Amino acid sequence: MAGAAWLVVAFPLLGALILLVGGKRTNAWGHLLGCATIAASFVYGLILFFSTTGQEEAARTSEVSLFSWIPVDQLQVDFGLRIDPLSITFLLLITGVGFLIHVYSIGYMAHEPGENDRRRFFGYFNLFVAAMLILVLGNGFVTLYLGWEGVGLASYLLIGWYTDRPSAATAAKKAFLMNRVGDVGLAIAIFIMFKVVGSTQYTAVFDGVANGAFSSGELVALTLLLLLGACGKSGQFPLQAWLPDAMEGPTPVSALIHAATMVTAGVYLIARSNPIYTASPDGRLVVVIIGAVTLVIGCVIGCAYDDIKKVLAYSTVSQIGYMILAVGLGPFGYALGIMHLLTHGFFKAGLFLGAGSVMHAMNDEVDMRKYGGLARIMPVTFVTFGLGYLALIGVPPFSGFFSKDAIIEAALGQDETWRAWVFGGAALLGAALTAFYMTRLVLMTFFGEKRWKDIKSSDGREFHPHESPSVMTIPMIVLAVGSVGAGAFFAIGDTFTEWLAPTVGVLEESHHHVIPHAVVPWLTVGLSLLGVLLAWLFVGRKRVPLSKPEPVPFPVRAARADLYGNHFNELLIARPGTWLTRALVYIDNKWVDGLVNGTAALLGGSSGRLRRAQTGFVRSYALSMLGGSILLIAALLAVRFA
Amino acid sequence: MTPTYYLLLSALLFSIGAVGVLVRRNAIVVFMCIELMLNAVNLTLVTFSRINGKLDGQVMAFFVMVVAAAEVVVGLAIIMSIFRTRRSASVDDSNLLKY
Amino acid sequence: MNTAPVVPAVTTSPSASFLLWLLLLVPLLGGIAVAFLRDAKTAKLAALGIALLEFVLVIPTWIAYDPAGSRIQLSSSMDWIPNFGVHLALGVDGISLVMIALIGLLMPIVIGSSWADKLPEGRSVGGFYALLLVMQAGMIGVFAATDVFLFYVFFEAVLVPMYFLIGRFGGPRRQYAAVKFFLYSLLGGLIMLGSVIGLYVVSGDKLGSGTLDWATLTTVISQESQATQTWLFLGFFVAFAIKAPLVPLHTWLPDAAAEAPVGVGVLLVGILDKIGTYGFLRYCLPMFPAASKDLAPLVLVLGVAGLLYGALLATGQNDMKRFVAYTSIAHFGFIAVGIFAFSSQSVSGAVLYMFNHGLSTGMLFLVVGMVIARGGSTLISDYGGMAKLTPLLGGLFLVAGLAGLSLPGTNSFVSEFLVLIGAYPSRPVFAILATIGMILAALYVLWAYQRIMHGPVRGDALLGALKGPGAVAAPETATRQGIKDLDAREIAVLTPLVVLIIVLGFYPAPILDVIGPSVEATLHSVIPLGGN
Repeated sequence: MAGAAWLVVAFPLLGALILLVGGKRTNAWGHLLGCATIAASFVYGLILFFSTTGQEEAARTSEVSLFSWIPVDQLQVDFGLRIDPLSITFLLLITGVGFLIHVYSIGYMAHEPGENDRRRFFGYFNLFVAAMLILVLGNGFVTLYLGWEGVGLASYLLIGWYTDRPSAATAAKKAFLMNRVGDVGLAIAIFIMFKVVGSTQYTAVFDGVANGAFSSGELVALTLLLLLGACGKSGQFPLQAWLPDAMEGPTPVSALIHAATMVTAGVYLIARSNPIYTASPDGRLVVVIIGAVTLVIGCVIGCAYDDIKKVLAYSTVSQIGYMILAVGLGPFGYALGIMHLLTHGFFKAGLFLGAGSVMHAMNDEVDMRKYGGLARIMPVTFVTFGLGYLALIGVPPFSGFFSKDAIIEAALGQDETWRAWVFGGAALLGAALTAFYMTRLVLMTFFGEKRWKDIKSSDGREFHPHESPSVMTIPMIVLAVGSVGAGAFFAIGDTFTEWLAPTVGVLEESHHHVIPHAVVPWLTVGLSLLGVLLAWLFVGRKRVPLSKPEPVPFPVRAARADLYGNHFNELLIARPGTWLTRALVYIDNKWVDGLVNGTAALLGGSSGRLRRAQTGFVRSYALSMLGGSILLIAALLAVRFA
Repeated sequence: MTPTYYLLLSALLFSIGAVGVLVRRNAIVVFMCIELMLNAVNLTLVTFSRINGKLDGQVMAFFVMVVAAAEVVVGLAIIMSIFRTRRSASVDDSNLLKY
Repeated sequence: MNTAPVVPAVTTSPSASFLLWLLLLVPLLGGIAVAFLRDAKTAKLAALGIALLEFVLVIPTWIAYDPAGSRIQLSSSMDWIPNFGVHLALGVDGISLVMIALIGLLMPIVIGSSWADKLPEGRSVGGFYALLLVMQAGMIGVFAATDVFLFYVFFEAVLVPMYFLIGRFGGPRRQYAAVKFFLYSLLGGLIMLGSVIGLYVVSGDKLGSGTLDWATLTTVISQESQATQTWLFLGFFVAFAIKAPLVPLHTWLPDAAAEAPVGVGVLLVGILDKIGTYGFLRYCLPMFPAASKDLAPLVLVLGVAGLLYGALLATGQNDMKRFVAYTSIAHFGFIAVGIFAFSSQSVSGAVLYMFNHGLSTGMLFLVVGMVIARGGSTLISDYGGMAKLTPLLGGLFLVAGLAGLSLPGTNSFVSEFLVLIGAYPSRPVFAILATIGMILAALYVLWAYQRIMHGPVRGDALLGALKGPGAVAAPETATRQGIKDLDAREIAVLTPLVVLIIVLGFYPAPILDVIGPSVEATLHSVIPLGGN
């Protein structure tokens, strides 16, 4: 079965090719083709899943070499696929959720202004799925890198979808650039692997780690460089600033790329490289720190925004923070991180689609202060969104409860007490804050008075909210079902962790608890309920003003300004960069080129003076000839007799 | 009689010719001074031919004479045409070819 | 690698060696013939025909070359100036073969892209295409020569048609640019001539009678003392560094590229500059291994400085053609790093880079030319939102740009990756600094793309093309005049490039196989000295 696994990638790739090269001819049926290719990949993914799931652990992993990609001397980069539980998990997530979001996009993108636009959108979307599948299915770090930058390209194209908006164009560029910063880390990590083991394939590198080919310093360098790559792709601190801006893209893009799949690639990278991380506890500590910092930052900023998509974006940042924290725990957490990634894939995609549905109804308005009381008008959206909400804040028995609680428990179970308190505490704090900002979002959107009644949207139209067509609501319903059931399905009986064991190792359980094992779930849920209560106190029982309240205390101001992350980038990188560029342009023109032109001018000037010696008097020429001859003879004589 | 005197004579003639070229303005005189220098060289060539007992120097002298004859033809023609257009035979007057 | 097979440096294979002479003579004679054609259309068709014929001739040459065979193949030689041991000697190795193939490939594309160019007043169409073809012959001569003096002659000879192409057919400051280009290159050439004479003298001391045969010289000179090698190396190096160009000897390129007609610019950055990097590989490394090894850190510094400097300057440019020129300077930095890192991956990567750069930057230059042809201005600030008006042009601009920033899946990725991964084991600091160039590459490409293609429609020419109420708000549905998307000719010109960029991104093996043994042989001269 695995032998033909390249078909999984080929379907969406072919779809993208047909849609992008075919042009207008494919307008009529382009969106259907776009969905069909993903469906085909999903079906093939299911076949792969069922053909491997029954087998023994060792037999669940297989590699297919397709062709030799970059063969030079010892460096033999193979283009191949690795089929194992981890990649199949991602394959199903990407194609499954991807298919639903493709279907949703048929409705969402139906009213695009340009006649070719929906078809082109599906072309880009298929391209994204193909690249993402290469990322997760590749059998080496270079193949991963191909997918890694490929999804970056798709993300660039789709964030910048509304290209005539300068903000969208800038956001797209920013996303690509910050990703590239991370990619440099990944690239250098690959160089180190090649230097040490002479290969970039997973098996060779991991064997090298097992054989002790890497020194501990190299291992730490690898973990940090791979983490840098993961931070870029997954919007982790300090490269988190692009992800909220990426919400400039259409909402299905935010749902698929910037919530469910692409941004979780960093987690995949770390889980995939688990032998390296397992071998380097120091590196893992940095991973945990990054995860904890990011999850708190994301929550804090999420509390301050009024833009529904940006709140969800920061929520994504913080949830991925949880995942990074989990995989940073090493053998205690790889599987938990992936599990949270899956449940998050369901409920966050569902939440984004819900937000898209709301925006669809509200003339693409994203400011929650203009919403209110939409629960009755959009019942399906409300219910599906509500289920996703409950899953996200971790109310049992919804999926988020199982996956997040497991991570918090693992964080609290670390051997060193200070780590357990600090990181477990951050995770608990995050849970409370998550409940707060999500409750705030739900209250502002679906409850309260209908603030949109008396105002117009920014493009001057009146609001006439309505429920979305069924092509959009059905994917939302399916995802809501997943949000409800996935956690229990994965977690009860440890089904999922056992299934992943051949790839990421058996999940270890800690026996060191700073807080008793049985108390943790109660504590988590209690803190979440506290967050809900606070949100109700601050938002739910009061009237929501149409404009932001001013002035506000410093923490709120800081949160509204993304905790000054963008200021920091601007001040430290963008502005000095601009100055440096300008200075260099000046130097190049005036000095470097000036030197060249100066030489020319010097030669020209001096020859202008020298030609004055040409007086035109024959006798002076004759004199100089005579003088020259005498000098010549004198020189000859001097040489002769010296 | 040593050949040195011949050499001294030719050096003297050459110097007279060279000074003449440098100090005289009349083109015809300058021209004649050049002839003087050429003949001084001829004398040297013949002398050395005699000293070395080879004929190379004499052959060279003939060569110089032929060139001098040709030069006289061209040179005088140029001087004549300049004199006709400018009414002057001074070498300092024809100084257009400068800078 | 220390056990590279010992093969004779040159074997004569007269069976196919006439192909190289044909490759040299067809464009030369064809160009002379085209010069006499009065009718513009006929001249264009004739030039295109000759270029296509040349491309067809490349195919049997490629087939006749056996990568596993001897170092120089298809070689032939006849006396030229016997007193100085100068021969008319042609032959190819894998590296020069790849470059000749690139010339054969780009030439029809360049002619096709220049088809609709408006030449300056009073300039003959036949003359333009004749010069292009003569230059092609010169460039093939540079890559096929196996006699150092013959190489030098071709090296200088290509300046002449280029000078006229820029100086007669270029933009407003063409005279300045052409003279600057010519003098700069000539200066380098003359310094090189000094070294060529030096080679003759040194080989004369060694062998009794001087020679300028490349294969003999590589064995003789590489045994010379460090000092001798260093002086001779420097003479060649300066010439090649100007040609490549390496910072700080680069300032002629932006001027020349900005003033040259688009097609000529493609040849300039696509092929002519490669003579410099090719020279490093073919002359500096094998003939002066000790000096190359000794001075490698210096060249690496120049390379890394160039790739960062070029990238930053590209970011700061407002003139599109200058922008492309500076991106090239950055890319040449990568190539120099690859060559002087002395590992089989990095050098193979550098050679592949030379080929790929011809495709990707060539395409970028062509696309920029198409933008300029529509908007009538070379300044980026005169454009905006063009992707809405010409989506296909926008898309292909992006493809060329992405190849320029070495996105995986495009050809440039493979070469850049090879350069960096090959440089890392022996020169980690340089490799890491060069990797930072990748971020800057993304910056300059996307920043330029955003300014030209994204945002609201801007610029007189573009706005003037929009008619009807609300046209500016919804340009994609507005009635348009003047500004049209790509026509069939332009698509035909760009398609082969797009296809090659993507195919070679996934399957570079055909080219790597050809260059591999030649790269090994080149390195074999350096590595025994502990160059790695």
